[in-house]
Amino acid sequence: MLKTFSLGGIHPAENKLSASSAIQVLPIPETVSIPISQHIGAPATPVVKKNDEVKVGQLIAKSSGFVSANIHSSVSGTVFKVDDIMDASGFRRTSIIIKVDGDEWMETIDRSEDLVKEISAGKEEIIKKIAEAGIVGLGGATFPAHVKLSVPPGKTAEVLIINAVECEPYLTSDHRVMLEKGDEVLVGTQILMKALGVDRAIVGIENNKPDAIAHLTKLAGNYKGIEICPLKTQYPQGGEKQLISATIKREIPSGALPIEVGAVVQNVGTALAVYEAVQKNKPLFERVATITGKSLKNPSNWKFRIGTPVKDLIDAAGGLPEDTGKIVGGGPMMGKALTTVDVPLTKGSSGLLLLPREEAVRKESKPCIRCGKCVSVCPMGLEPFLLMVLADKKAYERLESDAVMDCIECGSCSFTCPANRPLLDYIRLGKGKVGQIMRSRK
Amino acid sequence: MNTKVLVAPSPHVHSGDSIQKNMYGVVFAMLPALVFSFVYFGMGAIIVTLTAVASCYLFEFLISKYLLKKVPTITDGSALITGILLAFNVPANLPIWIILIGALVAIGIGKMTFGGLGNNVFNPALVGRVFLLISFPVQMTSWPKPLGFDTAYFDAQTGATPLALIKEGLKKGEPLSQLMHDVPGNMDLLMGNMGGSMGEVAGIALLLGLAYMLFKKIITWHIPVAVLGTVAVFSGILHMSNPEAYAGPLFHILTGGLLLGAIFMATDYVTSPMSNKGMIIYGIGIGLLTVIIRVFGAYPEGVSFAILIMNAFVPLINVYVKPKRFGEKRK
Repeated sequence: MLKTFSLGGIHPAENKLSASSAIQVLPIPETVSIPISQHIGAPATPVVKKNDEVKVGQLIAKSSGFVSANIHSSVSGTVFKVDDIMDASGFRRTSIIIKVDGDEWMETIDRSEDLVKEISAGKEEIIKKIAEAGIVGLGGATFPAHVKLSVPPGKTAEVLIINAVECEPYLTSDHRVMLEKGDEVLVGTQILMKALGVDRAIVGIENNKPDAIAHLTKLAGNYKGIEICPLKTQYPQGGEKQLISATIKREIPSGALPIEVGAVVQNVGTALAVYEAVQKNKPLFERVATITGKSLKNPSNWKFRIGTPVKDLIDAAGGLPEDTGKIVGGGPMMGKALTTVDVPLTKGSSGLLLLPREEAVRKESKPCIRCGKCVSVCPMGLEPFLLMVLADKKAYERLESDAVMDCIECGSCSFTCPANRPLLDYIRLGKGKVGQIMRSRK
Repeated sequence: MNTKVLVAPSPHVHSGDSIQKNMYGVVFAMLPALVFSFVYFGMGAIIVTLTAVASCYLFEFLISKYLLKKVPTITDGSALITGILLAFNVPANLPIWIILIGALVAIGIGKMTFGGLGNNVFNPALVGRVFLLISFPVQMTSWPKPLGFDTAYFDAQTGATPLALIKEGLKKGEPLSQLMHDVPGNMDLLMGNMGGSMGEVAGIALLLGLAYMLFKKIITWHIPVAVLGTVAVFSGILHMSNPEAYAGPLFHILTGGLLLGAIFMATDYVTSPMSNKGMIIYGIGIGLLTVIIRVFGAYPEGVSFAILIMNAFVPLINVYVKPKRFGEKRK
């Protein structure tokens, strides 16, 4: 029996259309728009102004607090303007727009492809380098990586868990990174282990990627303390709490962080970025994303410079299909629908999914038949049918006592509901309101 | 970009499951029992089924259109289930006019007064059945003998159900070992060769339906297993305490409406609890009440009453029995 998490879960159609397509390099666009807020936490403060010359990897916006992240230029050229433009969230946010001229990198960056296994940096230096490089969680949550590595006093990290689950249907960028950059990922894992002072790391991979499991298992023999852990394919295994439950059988109490059970989780893409930052002095200005969809000509994986328009990625894969009904930034379960293709790709862009119109339209919502399927699939052990009614009736006290804030918004309930009820929509509304009430109490 | 795109919150994909798929899945699971009832009771079973289904559809349509002034949603398949279950729960020679009253009570009082599908507290088919049982006790307890297509619809040859035989006999003080000679053997009970409501007799067909619903994940094992397990344990204990006064577990499981109730009526989505723990408590309640009514009550059969009583407890169970939350300390 393969391991998986303790409660609920679903198995949507995997549709990993681009799994066998090797990572290609997306051409550098003519202009890039780099938002100063691509992470959870305070937006960075711009340190360049109009007409400044910048190089690839140059700091253009500085972290403005502990939970914040540096932003670097992904191209060389001239700052055209610093202005509010619409980003993938649909809101207007401050971005630095750079006109591209050539491709001149900072001299400090080691551009060779040689694998550097020797980790010379010490614990403090590693965390400092990761913070300087602006690395955030690349699984999609974009939480600044150095924050998770700074273990609060009184707590001890026992194990590092690498999230290589990629449980979202369609997405394959982590899969390709493991196959093509396996050694770099494992060195990155060892760097993270050193930063945390742990001697054990577990790489959790779902068994729908047998080639990645085989490849990393073979390589892991050369690295001390790293175990490859195959997991049963089950959504939402990539959720931090679910992954910890699946790999080390510990459940994080409500409201607590992974460190409570001695674990720190980092994404496999983050491990690669950490390797590049620490061993090659390369800040985070490019990453890999999947462009996919059933009607798309060429579902594939691309390494892109941050700030590249979404449109360029679609064009590289054969252009927007005629029948496109929804453009999703991320996977189909937790991704965000975009209103336009003229928004920039950012640090959190793990993929782009083009859904055909007939799949994009929601079916009519019917009365709840109380089948209890939402309860049985909820990975947090909540009662989505009830939370929806409570949110609708504005019963915020009941919502709080029924643990609405535990919801990880994985969408398993809405996915499963035979009556097509918009369960998660209402739960999100309720969470927003309850969160507000809880903050005002402090 | 000229293409108009939709914007909505995640998730952006759906399992494709629907109310219809579940309802027609249940109907498909009831087909074996339906076929067996036709084979055992002939023309009568066909007349009863058609009348019950047609009248359930008709009453739901009329009530939603003219009383509730809503667009009728009879295509969801729930009226079909209520119709078939109502037919399953009555003798195969029940007069048409009584069936019509049953359907009106089932749909009208059991379901639509609460606001239609999803809102009813009690299983509609059972509301109809119990109403008929109390109002027309003679017609509702004259069971035609399973003679196949020789079973007449009018003036059929009737006989008692095994449960009634035992109950009457024990009342007169006859020992159980004696009475069991008049009851068909276990194999006959399993195959349904006995008197009873038209859909409840063929245990084997009902079990086939259960297997299908479990395989298709329409229902989970919790309720049927809890009901049957409780009946087996409780009647087993009684039987061991005095084998001459109490029938054994196998007899209790294979006779009367227990399998029909445990598989198709206690598992009704709308009127059963939401969490697995709740379902088990509910199932145990049904099992206990069934045996209590059968052994100590006035009626020889108690499944319908047991389910209806436990239906009333479902809102309470839903409030007090919560699923295990992630990260909760196990006590």
